Amino acid sequence: MKKIFSLALAAAMSLSLVACGGGGNTSTPAASNPAASNPAASNPAVSTPSTGDGTLKVGFAQVGHESDWRTASTKSAQDVFSAANGYELSFVDCDNDSAKQLEAVRSFIQQGMDYIIIDPIVATGWDTVLTECDEAGIPVIIIDRTVDDSDKYVAWVGSDFKVEGLACGEWLKAYAADKGIGEINALVIEGSVGASATIGRTDGFKEIAEREGWTILDSQSGDFTEAGGQEVMESFCQSYKGQFNVVICQNDNEAAGAMTAMDQAGITYGVGGDVILVSFDANKPYVQMVCDGKINANFECNPMAAPTVSEIIQALEKGETPEKEVYVSEHWFAAEDNVTSITVNGEAQEVIHATQEVVDGRPY
Amino acid sequence: MKSKKLTQNPLFLPLVCVLLVLAVNAVYDLSQGKAFYEFFITVINDQGLLTGRLVTILNRGSEVAILAIGMTLVVSASAGTDISVGSVMSLCASFCCMLVAGFGVSSVDDVAIPRLLLGLLGALVMGCICGAFNGTLVAYLNIQPMVATLILWSAARAIGLLLCNNLIVYVRTDAYGVFGGYIGFLPTPILIAAVCIAVVSLVLKKTAMGMYIQSVGINKKASRIAGLNSKRIIFMCYLLCGLCAGIAGIVASSRITSADSNNIGLNMELDAILAVALGGNSLGGGKFNLAGSIIGAYTIQAITTTMYNLGVSSAVAPVFKAVVVIVIVVIQAPPVKNWVRKHTAARPAAGKEAAHA
Repeated sequence: MKKIFSLALAAAMSLSLVACGGGGNTSTPAASNPAASNPAASNPAVSTPSTGDGTLKVGFAQVGHESDWRTASTKSAQDVFSAANGYELSFVDCDNDSAKQLEAVRSFIQQGMDYIIIDPIVATGWDTVLTECDEAGIPVIIIDRTVDDSDKYVAWVGSDFKVEGLACGEWLKAYAADKGIGEINALVIEGSVGASATIGRTDGFKEIAEREGWTILDSQSGDFTEAGGQEVMESFCQSYKGQFNVVICQNDNEAAGAMTAMDQAGITYGVGGDVILVSFDANKPYVQMVCDGKINANFECNPMAAPTVSEIIQALEKGETPEKEVYVSEHWFAAEDNVTSITVNGEAQEVIHATQEVVDGRPY
Repeated sequence: MKSKKLTQNPLFLPLVCVLLVLAVNAVYDLSQGKAFYEFFITVINDQGLLTGRLVTILNRGSEVAILAIGMTLVVSASAGTDISVGSVMSLCASFCCMLVAGFGVSSVDDVAIPRLLLGLLGALVMGCICGAFNGTLVAYLNIQPMVATLILWSAARAIGLLLCNNLIVYVRTDAYGVFGGYIGFLPTPILIAAVCIAVVSLVLKKTAMGMYIQSVGINKKASRIAGLNSKRIIFMCYLLCGLCAGIAGIVASSRITSADSNNIGLNMELDAILAVALGGNSLGGGKFNLAGSIIGAYTIQAITTTMYNLGVSSAVAPVFKAVVVIVIVVIQAPPVKNWVRKHTAARPAAGKEAAHA
């Protein structure tokens, strides 16, 4: 009797778990999206597919929702691949679990999706499953992070992280020259070890630092989280108190943690502070902080890959071959207007002075 | 014969280990041309806050120390580990922030105090519910502890995500930040951990609970025949472990004034289990030493802080940590202990010197 009871209980529990998981990870784009019309307005590139051939089924295996950036990326996809735009989106939040992501892609194949979008959690181990997609005749589009061990996808859409790092260095050079700061002693709070964003941003900044003869006192990983940024900055404040004048945080969440740690250590930052604080990603709340003068500069990593992906899908529908690597456009924001343009890789780029108007105009 | 007594104290080896880790810093600082006590400097800074590496260790190690309390009792009573504590931390933090901010709200800047208290209470209750769930499965349904807690290990974090509507919920107010920040000049997490440790030790000392738990851990059936309600005692241990996870969750979430459900308490169950082991406790249940586990928890944080002080790059830090852990575990392994004991017995003079060193 007891055995039967425990069995029944276990069955009920696993059922409820399945229900929870299903509810948590899959969401239909039809769910209320207050800003559904916004991206369409700000991104004229979003084209409505011809209504004749029915809706396109798109599966999106997202990394997780570890940061605001990720949330913006998810929202962008949900807005662009909406029923109104002629899509049916199956969205899976993989909770940073690569096994779960492979599982999600396989289920997309079984469901007979027209297109599969993957933001790969890890760069390797993709060949088998991408071959399965290829055999099933489903085009795969990779966004944001990269796949290193397979080329069985039609296109990759994302950011050029090295250019972001270079832009950061060039801006710092121009800013320091303008302010008459002779010596740069920088501390770097890196992202997750091995992530392409970490590698690109570190390489880009290091290149400029070596060229200009700057000192990078220390460089530690904060895992792209606020808690990580806080702990690393706390340690930096104890090791290098009074020795540094630049702090580079490789994403906004780390910058938030670094600010708390510097507040507690009594170090001032931002416009008029002892330390120049630079961040990457440029989510709206943090562009607001640039506007308020708490962060000196913020270098965007555009999460809105979905409009570009939509363009690629439309091109494929017409039988065209898209380019293999497509970079999304990105902007640089600064708290002061003393540097208005920088030269990155021989190309002149604008540095936007973050005013309240600029902040209000940001879609994410 | 005083020295012999000292070495036979169960806390001797864990203490030696943590002192060894700290000594590494003194040696490193000396080699860098700094004073050897550089690492141990503790001052109240311009902001009126207590700072220093030792404070950092006590502060950042609080969560693992709190988890280690519950984990020690669970290990002792059921000869198994609760691997769900990290996920339960995340769930409690998410539930707390959800109650404070309201469902689906991603950020609040101003919170009424009653609402905040409701959130905190909710987190603690949620911790107890999770603990009770694990306890029921282990104590009354006789499911293996690791299998039983595996359920919440995978599910709790996901439920937390669900409660937060798949967002990071920010509660950016000082009233919430205080639990991970400072009260006066003292970091609050240190206080919270100290209170938790004090309360549990008092209960274990003043009541027969500690003996009951050990007795159940050593032999469940014999304890029952002797008149102990073994099942209820195991249940209580899991309940307390869940409550500890709830408290640790509040501290972790308050540090960043947000509920980052993907990252709060990530892999922390492993640190908690390691803390119990480093404290010289057997994972096979039975006799336990709470103070040892707490020292173990701070040893883990001391290693992390040492990595930062030495400037070991993040990419290779895990390797160094592993080496340190191996050394500590080997020092405490029974065969090594026996070998040392044999040699000290053969040459008591040499043994005395080693104990003094």
